[in-house]
Amino acid sequence: MSSSTSTKQTAPASTRAKPANKGEAAADWVDGRLGIYSLAKANLRKIFPDHWSFMLGEICLYTFVIIILTGVYLTLFFKPSMGEVVYNGSYAPLNGIRMSEAYESTLNISFEVRGGLLIRQIHHWAAIVFVAAMFVHMMRVFFTGAFRKPREINWVFGFLLLCLGFFDGFMGYSLPDDLLSGTGIRFMEGAVLAVPLVGTYIQMFLFGGPFPGTDVIPRFFTIHVLLIPGIMLGLLVAHLILVFYHKHTQWAGPGKTEQNVVGMPLMPVYMAKAGGFFFLVFGIIAAMSAIASVNPVWAYGPYRPDQVSTDAQPDWYMGFAEGLIRVMPGWEIRAWGHTLNLGVFIPLMLFPLVLALIALYPFIEGWITGDKREHHILDRPRNAPVRTGLGAAWIALYLVLLLGGGNDLVATHFHLSLNDITYFVRAGSFVIPIIVFYVTKRWCLGLQRRDRDKVLHGRETGVIKRLPHGEFIEIHAQLPQGRLHTLTSHEQPEPLELPAEVDENGVARKVGLLTKTRAKLSAGYFGEGGQIPKPTVEEHQEITSGHGHH
Amino acid sequence: MSHDNISDDKLPEAHDASEGHGHLAVADDPFADPGLPAHEPRRTDIDERAAKRAERQVSGMFILSMLATVGFIASYASINPDKLVYIFPLGHVSALNFALGMTLAVALFCIGAGAVHWARTLMSDVEMPAERHPIEADDEVRADVIQQFKTGAAESGFGRRKMIRNTLIGSMAMVPLSGVVLLRDLGPLPEKKLDSTDWSEATPSAPIRLVNMNTDEPMKAEDIVVGSLTFAKPGPSALRPNGLQDSDEDFQEAIAKDALMLIRIQPEDLKDEKSAALGFEGVLCYSKICTHVGCPISLYEQQTHHALCPCHQSTFDLSDGARVIFGPAGHPLPQLKISTDSDGYLVATQDFTVPVGPSFWERSA
Ligand code: FES
Repeated sequence: MSSSTSTKQTAPASTRAKPANKGEAAADWVDGRLGIYSLAKANLRKIFPDHWSFMLGEICLYTFVIIILTGVYLTLFFKPSMGEVVYNGSYAPLNGIRMSEAYESTLNISFEVRGGLLIRQIHHWAAIVFVAAMFVHMMRVFFTGAFRKPREINWVFGFLLLCLGFFDGFMGYSLPDDLLSGTGIRFMEGAVLAVPLVGTYIQMFLFGGPFPGTDVIPRFFTIHVLLIPGIMLGLLVAHLILVFYHKHTQWAGPGKTEQNVVGMPLMPVYMAKAGGFFFLVFGIIAAMSAIASVNPVWAYGPYRPDQVSTDAQPDWYMGFAEGLIRVMPGWEIRAWGHTLNLGVFIPLMLFPLVLALIALYPFIEGWITGDKREHHILDRPRNAPVRTGLGAAWIALYLVLLLGGGNDLVATHFHLSLNDITYFVRAGSFVIPIIVFYVTKRWCLGLQRRDRDKVLHGRETGVIKRLPHGEFIEIHAQLPQGRLHTLTSHEQPEPLELPAEVDENGVARKVGLLTKTRAKLSAGYFGEGGQIPKPTVEEHQEITSGHGHH
Repeated sequence: MSHDNISDDKLPEAHDASEGHGHLAVADDPFADPGLPAHEPRRTDIDERAAKRAERQVSGMFILSMLATVGFIASYASINPDKLVYIFPLGHVSALNFALGMTLAVALFCIGAGAVHWARTLMSDVEMPAERHPIEADDEVRADVIQQFKTGAAESGFGRRKMIRNTLIGSMAMVPLSGVVLLRDLGPLPEKKLDSTDWSEATPSAPIRLVNMNTDEPMKAEDIVVGSLTFAKPGPSALRPNGLQDSDEDFQEAIAKDALMLIRIQPEDLKDEKSAALGFEGVLCYSKICTHVGCPISLYEQQTHHALCPCHQSTFDLSDGARVIFGPAGHPLPQLKISTDSDGYLVATQDFTVPVGPSFWERSA
C-alpha cells in the first residue's frame, strides 16, 4: 500500500449531467463499466423488415432455447448409466424386468416425477420442430437467394447448425436405452464397422469394447448435452451476430433498395413481436406435448440386442439416411482377406455428400455468375428458375429417400409390396429429382411470363365488355406504379460468353476446360431457356400508348 | 479459376446510389421506384375507443396467463400422477400431463399473444428506412491495414527467421497429437473380438447345448415343429456353468453375438446340401443377427422359408443357406453346425465358421 500522494494524478471526473431519475442513474452506472450507450446507439432502433417467412429463423432460435431449458431439467433426473437394475416402479407392465439405469430413470421421469413426462415431451417435440424449422428456414434462404454475398459464411454456419441438429437429435433419441433407441445405436455400430481400415478400431473406441458394452450411453450423454450443444451455441451466436451485422434482407418493393433496409425498429415493435413470438412458440409446443405423445419409450421395453420392435424407425429427419441404407443393394467386395461393405459404406458417404452440395451452393452459384456485388434484395423464386429447380430437385430427392426410409410403413398402410417400393425408390432417386427440376423450372418461367403480361397488359378486373362489333373482352387495369416497379426491378444477368477463339492478333487463344464448363453452366442459368426477358419501358409505352390496349 | 475474365457489363447494372427512396416517379419511366408508400393509420391510431379496447384485450390475455400459472401449480399439487382421464379424441391420457401441459401452454401462449397484439395494434407501425453500408472497407482503410500488418510482420521477423518459423509450425502441428493419443484408452483394440462368439467354447468333447430363449430348457430336435421359429442361446459350458443368463455381467455383449434361431424344414424343401448337412434332421440353426448392420431378425414366413429383418428388410432364404434374396444385406446369415448329445439334446460342437453380424474390413470370409 503506497501512501505517497505527492504526484497523484486523478482521472478526469465524469462531466456528465445529473441523471434525471433512478433508471437513468443505473444505466449511467452500467455504461461507465460496459459502455452500453455506444452499443445501444446503433442497435436500439435497428430496423427489421417484416415478412411472415422471416419468422422461420425465429422459430429455430426459440425452439433451441426451449430445448436447452427442458434439457437442463431432464439432466436433473436422468441417470446416464448402463448399470443394471430390476425395475420396480409405478409402470406395472415392466415390473421385475432387468434394465439399465438409463431406461429406469427415463421411466421414472415419465411416471414418477410430476411434470417429468410433460418436460420430456416438450423436449422431444421442440427438437422435432427445431430441425423442421431449420430445414424450412434454410429453404427460405435458398429459394430467395438470401445466401448471396455478403451472407455466404452465415449460410455455412446455418448448414453446420442443421447437421449438428440432426446429429444431436439422433444422440438424444439414443439415450433412454429403450428397444427402439438401442436399435438405432446398433445401426450406428454397423455403419461404423463398414468404414474400411479403421472401422473396427473406431467401433471399439466408441463403444469401449464389443457392442453394446456399458460405456456408450454415458458417452453419448456427454456428447449430447455438452459437446454438441456447446458447439451449436457458439455457431448460433455467430449466426445471429452476422444477421445483425449484415442487417436483414428484404423483398423488392417501392422504396426498397440495395442501400436501405425498410421496416420497424427493434424497440419497441420488434422486441414485443419477437419476444411475444417466443411465448407463442413455447405455448404451442407445450400444448402439443400435452395432447400428442411422442416416443413412448415404456411401450418398447428395455434394449436387448436379440430383440427388436416393429416399426424400427428413426426420427423423420434421419429418414433420408435411413432411406439410403434401405434401398442400397447389398454390395460387398471380398478380396485379399478383407471385406469392403459397399452396401453400407456408400450410403454412409452419400449422406454427407448430398448435404455438402447444399453447403457449397452459394460458392458454386457465385462462381458461375461471377457476381461479386452485395445483395440485400431477395429474389422471387420464379426469377431464378434454375436455382429454384435445383432446390426443388433436392427436396424431391429427400422425400423419395424418406419414402424409402419408411418403406415398411408405406407397404402396410397402403397395401403395397415392400419390394416394389424399394425398386421404385432405387430408380426414383435418380429420375424423380430430374423430372422435378424440369417441371419446376418451366413453372417458374410460366410465372415469369405471367408477370410480364401483367406489367404490359395490366391486371384482369373481371369486368367483361362487349365491343360495338360484338366481341367480348375483359377489361384490364393498369397496375399502380409500385407494383410495376416491384415486378420489373429484378436483375436478369446475361450468360457468360467465351472469349473469341482467336484474339485480335489472330493468335489462337487457349480456353481452359473450367472456363468452358462455367460458360455452359452460365448459359443454363441465364441463357435463352433460363429466363423470360422482362418487359422494357419501350414495350410498355408502346402498348399503353394506344393500339391494342384494352 | 480467376474471375477477372468476367466483365462487369455482363452483369445487370448495379443500382445507382441516388435512386430509390423518396424519389418521385420519373414521368417517362413507368417502372421507376415511386418510393415508400405513405403510412396508412390503423383503426387504433385514430379511434381512441378502439385503442382502449385493444388495451383491455392485451391486459386480458396477460391476466389469463396469470390464472393459467395458478392452475398449473394447483394441478401439480393436486393431481395424482397415476390418474388417467378420457379426453375425446385423444383417448386415455395421463390427467397430470394433460393438465400441466394445457395450463403451461395457456400461460405461455397468452403472454405471447398479448405482446404481439400490443405490438400490432398500439405500437407504431410506421415503416422507416435505414441506410446500409457496404460490408467491405474502402480502399484507404484496406491499404492502411495491410500496411500495418506488414509492419507488424516485419517487426516480428517471422518471414526472416526461417528456422523459428518452421519449427513453430512443426511444433504446432505436433502438439494436437497428444490429444489424439489420449483417446487411445477409450476402448480396447479390435484384435479377434468380432470373429468369435461364445459358441467357440464348444468342442466335440465338450459340446454346448442349445437352450430355449423363453423357457431356459435344453431342446430336442422333435421340440422344433415345422414352420415355427425358435430362438436359442448357449447352455452351460466351462466358461458359464449356468449357461448364458440375463444377470451375467456381459449378457448384452454375449447375446449380441450368440443369439440363434432354429427352424425345421422338410428335407425335400432344402435347396442347399451344405446347409442341410450343417443341420440335424431338417432342423437348421442360424445366427439371429442380421448381416447388414446387426438387427435381430424376427419375422419368418413358413411357406417360403424366408426370414425378414425388420430394420431394413433384408430377406434371407433359410432353405437355401440363408442366401440374401432381397434388401441391403451383403452376405448370408452364418449357420451353426448342430448335432445331438447322448441324451438326445441339440448341441453345438464348434463356433460359426464365419463372423456373425455386420461386415467389417478385417472380415475374411
Ligand atoms: S440390419 Fe437387417 S436389414 Fe439392416
